[in-house]
Amino acid sequence: MSAQLATVGPSAYWYLTRSTGAVALLLLTLTIVLGVVDVKRWSSPRWPRFVIDSLHRNVSLLALVFLVAHILTSVLDSFASISIVDALVPFVGSYRPFWLGLGAVAFDLILAVLITSLLRARMGFATWRAVHWLTYASWPIAVVHGLGTGSDTSATWLLALSIICMAAVLAAAITRVITGWSENVALRGAALGGAGAFSLFIVLWLPSGPLGSEWARRSGTPTALLPHAHATGKSSGQRK
Amino acid sequence: MNHRARVNPIACEAHGMCAELLPERITLDEWGYPIIDGAPLENRQVEHAIRAARACPTFALLVERDRAPAPARARRGERRS
Amino acid sequence: MNTLYPMPAEPLTPTAYQRALGLPRLLAGIRAHGALSLEDHVAIHGPLPASGGRGRRRARERASMLVEQIERSGLLGHGGAAFPTATKMRAVAGARGRAIVVVNAAEGEPASRKDRTLLETLPHLVLDGGILAAEAVGADEVIVCACESADIGIESVTRAIEERAAAGSERSPSLHVATVPANYVAGQESALVSYLNGGLAKPTFTPPMPFEQGVRRRPTLINNAETVAHVALIARHGASWFRQLGPPSQPGSMLVTLSGPLAHPGVYEIEHGSSLSSLIQAAGGTTTRVRGALVGGYAGAWVDGDLLSGVALSNEHLVAHGASLGAGVVLLLSEHACPAAETGRLARWLASQSTRQCGPCVHGLDALAMTVQEIAGGIAQAGAGQRIERLASLTARRGACGHPDGAVKLILSALETFEAEFADHAQHGPCDSCARPPEMPMPHRAVSQDASRGARR
Repeated sequence: MSAQLATVGPSAYWYLTRSTGAVALLLLTLTIVLGVVDVKRWSSPRWPRFVIDSLHRNVSLLALVFLVAHILTSVLDSFASISIVDALVPFVGSYRPFWLGLGAVAFDLILAVLITSLLRARMGFATWRAVHWLTYASWPIAVVHGLGTGSDTSATWLLALSIICMAAVLAAAITRVITGWSENVALRGAALGGAGAFSLFIVLWLPSGPLGSEWARRSGTPTALLPHAHATGKSSGQRK
Repeated sequence: MNHRARVNPIACEAHGMCAELLPERITLDEWGYPIIDGAPLENRQVEHAIRAARACPTFALLVERDRAPAPARARRGERRS
Repeated sequence: MNTLYPMPAEPLTPTAYQRALGLPRLLAGIRAHGALSLEDHVAIHGPLPASGGRGRRRARERASMLVEQIERSGLLGHGGAAFPTATKMRAVAGARGRAIVVVNAAEGEPASRKDRTLLETLPHLVLDGGILAAEAVGADEVIVCACESADIGIESVTRAIEERAAAGSERSPSLHVATVPANYVAGQESALVSYLNGGLAKPTFTPPMPFEQGVRRRPTLINNAETVAHVALIARHGASWFRQLGPPSQPGSMLVTLSGPLAHPGVYEIEHGSSLSSLIQAAGGTTTRVRGALVGGYAGAWVDGDLLSGVALSNEHLVAHGASLGAGVVLLLSEHACPAAETGRLARWLASQSTRQCGPCVHGLDALAMTVQEIAGGIAQAGAGQRIERLASLTARRGACGHPDGAVKLILSALETFEAEFADHAQHGPCDSCARPPEMPMPHRAVSQDASRGARR
């Protein structure tokens, strides 16, 4: 079945899942940046505190909308059989299980943050805040998911977008760590170390990983879906 | 039945959104903490006070109803039905 | 142990003056060292009044009779707030759930030693009172809270509890001792409840009040150690007996911790409303001239030395001086001390005792201390007086507990009473007496800087 469909060309769903994923990444990046601006209590006459705070909350909800669209379109896209379960339970899928699974992990973390935020009136502040820290874990996982699962990571626009988002979050995270937590030096050191480690990982992994040769095969794309599986010459070279 | 705005000084971390959303009744001191008098809110202010209470990141702002004889219970930004 | 204000060397035998008035009551039979044994305690005061037999109905009848008796006696709390004890008991008895009693002898007030004295020398009186209070509110447990530095008192109460168990007195409420950290605010009611619930000894936001939901979420009756000691005697001798001493607005006797340049500073039992001069006389008189008297402890107010002869020790009279008895603390400041320097140091100490949970308290007390010290050091900027006034209004009544209010009251009172010295220091800088060692006690380390939320910018 998949061999025949592969000759038809990428479906609309495939384009949609790419684009909604990219927009979701952008919105999540914006959420984090706004979150740091919020907690640093920056404001101006045209940008009062309550506006920054509302923006932070609303952008995160918008990100959720695009995330859900991203998941639904990837499920509906029949090229790689991704089920709805794969979106929530990590590493059980057949298509690039590890890199896709990271997306599920990130989504689970984001769900936890969003649900606790929607229900924050019913839980203690300390609990809500503790869960909220998970955003700093979910974001890098989402980025690596995007770079590893995406079939066009080498596309310039996507690469540029990813790098810009990473730079923004890195700047936001460093600002957050340097100007906060004055009591706990160890924690600040660990946070900065984590940010540095992630950056280093990206720098080392990108060239040899997603941007390297035969990433599709190495990342766990089912053999039947790989381009060279069709020796008949029918064009299916859109997927790498 | 009166509504009053009150701040939980322990929870308050001087984010300052309450003063932006209810400037008629809440001002900030020189350290950024809210000053609220204890007088009842005017009817048209109650809605804004509840919105301000919902906006507070630490739920420090409370909008309470006077309820004789038991002491008022605070609900975070919500009206009692 | 605070050795600045030791107990008098000889036993506190009542003077002829006191005996004529039916004193001592609480301090009857007290020894300078060592606790009164159970036997001696019963010999002096008689046995603990019967609990009224078994059965819940009888217990409730007895409880309401006891509360009525306390109400008729007009007993007010001796922890500082002077709240009617019967009202508190009714509130706890009427709340949902099984009550628990906390006897508060934490005594974080540095210049107070009365609660410590009660624990060390009269533990059975305190335990009697705790048991009766428990019966009055239907509690099954009494926790006596002492400061962790009060080793002697803790040991004394623990031994007294063992003594009772050995004597086979199977009175229903179980008795426990708990120690709390040595901080100024640790004895505050919600801080105490928070600590006993396993948290930090820091005040919490109320509601819910301790009488509704306190220790282990149960309605909690928190009474000062001296208050329950009075309960123990009222239950034996009746409300009319209690009212034989003192004015109608504040009947009975009280314990005062008198300290400063005196022949015999220490803990005294006096009738409410008696004159400060007679108390000073009973303490053997002053050893130097007195510049002022701090009444009510570090949340109290100063009375000028020249006015002391007209001071009567009841809240009714003290209102005229802008003061109140508080926890029964009277601290005399000698003429050799520099009031400006002492006040500056005290303001700084009070700021350090903030639990740092509320922004206005943290910032306000810090700014007040700095301004007072600047004035005392002669380096204050112009408008320091107005700044103090503004800081006072920004700081008082904006915290979760009464600590900032008390500190502001004390500072304003000092600036008013010692206006001359402060004016002199503002113009000419520190005086010779500024460098003298402090006369006012300032123990306790600063409240621990743990990762508490709030007051973080």
